[in-house]
Amino acid sequence: MIETRGLTKHFKDVRAVDGIDLSVAPGELVALLGPNGAGKSTTLRMLTTLIPPTAGTARVAGFDVVRQQREVRLRIGYIGQGNGAGHSQRGRDELISQGRAYGLGVRDARNRAGTLIESLGLAEVADRRVSTLSGGQRRRLDIAMGLIHSPELLFLDEPSTGLDPQNRANLQEHILALRARHETTIVLTTHYLDEADSMAERVIVIDHGRIIADDSPARLKAEHVGDHITLGFDHETDAAAAASALAALHPERRGARLVIAAQGAPRRVPGILDDLRAAGHPAAEVEVTRPTLDDVFLKLTGRSLREGGAAQEPADNPDELVEV
Amino acid sequence: MTTLITDSRTVFSRELRPLLRDPFTIIFSMVQPLVFLGLFAPLLPDNSLQWFVPGIIVMSCLFACSMTGSNLLFEIQTGSHERMLVTPLRRPALLIGRALKEIVPMFAQAALIVAVCVPFGFRFEFAGAVLGLLILAAFCIGLGALSYTLALASKNQEWLFWTVQQTLLFPLLLLAGVLLPIENGPGWLQALAKGNPLSYVVDAERALFNGEIFTSATLSGLIAAAAVAALGLWAGVRAMRRSD
Repeated sequence: MIETRGLTKHFKDVRAVDGIDLSVAPGELVALLGPNGAGKSTTLRMLTTLIPPTAGTARVAGFDVVRQQREVRLRIGYIGQGNGAGHSQRGRDELISQGRAYGLGVRDARNRAGTLIESLGLAEVADRRVSTLSGGQRRRLDIAMGLIHSPELLFLDEPSTGLDPQNRANLQEHILALRARHETTIVLTTHYLDEADSMAERVIVIDHGRIIADDSPARLKAEHVGDHITLGFDHETDAAAAASALAALHPERRGARLVIAAQGAPRRVPGILDDLRAAGHPAAEVEVTRPTLDDVFLKLTGRSLREGGAAQEPADNPDELVEV
Repeated sequence: MTTLITDSRTVFSRELRPLLRDPFTIIFSMVQPLVFLGLFAPLLPDNSLQWFVPGIIVMSCLFACSMTGSNLLFEIQTGSHERMLVTPLRRPALLIGRALKEIVPMFAQAALIVAVCVPFGFRFEFAGAVLGLLILAAFCIGLGALSYTLALASKNQEWLFWTVQQTLLFPLLLLAGVLLPIENGPGWLQALAKGNPLSYVVDAERALFNGEIFTSATLSGLIAAAAVAALGLWAGVRAMRRSD
């Protein structure tokens, strides 16, 4: 569905996108994750024909984004960062205009607009001026406009930025439902870690205009960071004794605590606790830490996505603390 | 299937719809030149209505279509222009549709001006007037496209749009002899007027409203209008491709 080779965009001296090779198969849901300014949106803007690449090639839905722009445009939907609907327009009017722009007849455009208004829960506001709609309603209207021609491939640039958690959840549901129903290929950019984690089967981490990782969230986390078990003891001497009892697991001692790197940590904790009790050094507390995509990003770049002010959300996998 | 014409119509009707839903602004702007005419025409020597009315029609169309880009400035900020650019709409249609939205209400206004002036002795030839308005429309599509181009160029600095638009508009009008005849001016001014494409359009309008259809004035006006239209569309399409 998407095939790029060395896709590059320079703005004056800035290498916004620096040689991206990307391949997306039909039906995939891919999230481009990275801090602000990483090159996610610029990549999307090249794939959607909005800006020409400085170098490299991209084929989208089977057509070249430079030489066959019209063919590409006919087949893709794009929901940008801003609001697509004009503020002085009515939502329904905009949907019909959008349908006409894709070559639907008047009647088809009107019917299709009606269907989308229903399915996105916009019936009450579709005939009001767009400027009077709430942020969440406008975003749903944007989605409806992006879908007016039932595109086989949908791009969403930061779809949930600026929405409150409830509206974000609502939007994510709509996107997932759309995909389940029509098998639409979806490419979205986000700097919300939990969004990439919960929605996408495939996360492409972008930094400084390059792809630095590309895999499922679970494999990214397992491969680059992994689970950790932290065992707490009453005294450092207990911890030291326990460390020798668990020597096979290569624990790292930090004062009265032991940290063990272990894949599938939650399933291994009961066994470890049993072993410790049998050895006469029972743990006083235990904590299982599962990595987030931010940990992956930190590991890959030495920087946190959060530090850059990119994400303000709490961790999606809070540490599980179990008193023994 | 879509064509350049259906695409232009899609853009045009999208642009026009908010006006139709709230027609007060149109009615208001249509009355403005009547006020201008009412206050200015009595100052003119007798029998000059024949000379003056076509100029007023050109002026109001010019004001309107030079504003084509001003609505765009806001839509560039909100994201709705970007959304239009991703659709398969033909790029010239984006320019033509928007310019037509400014021009069509002005034609209704032209009809109104003419209707008001006829009782005061204004005479016109219907076929000539229609041809005159078509030439004017071509010129205005070009100017509207240039206004669109200007908006794209000044998208991060709105003052630039207004400064350039205001700075160019009045010399363009005065040097075309819209309000006062150029023939009485000094040589340098007449020379400048010769370089102004609008001069030829205004001359053509005056001749055509008078019923002088097959004249060199008509031909010159047609050529000037077509040249401005071609230039505007070329510049606009180029700016859209390059803008990021």
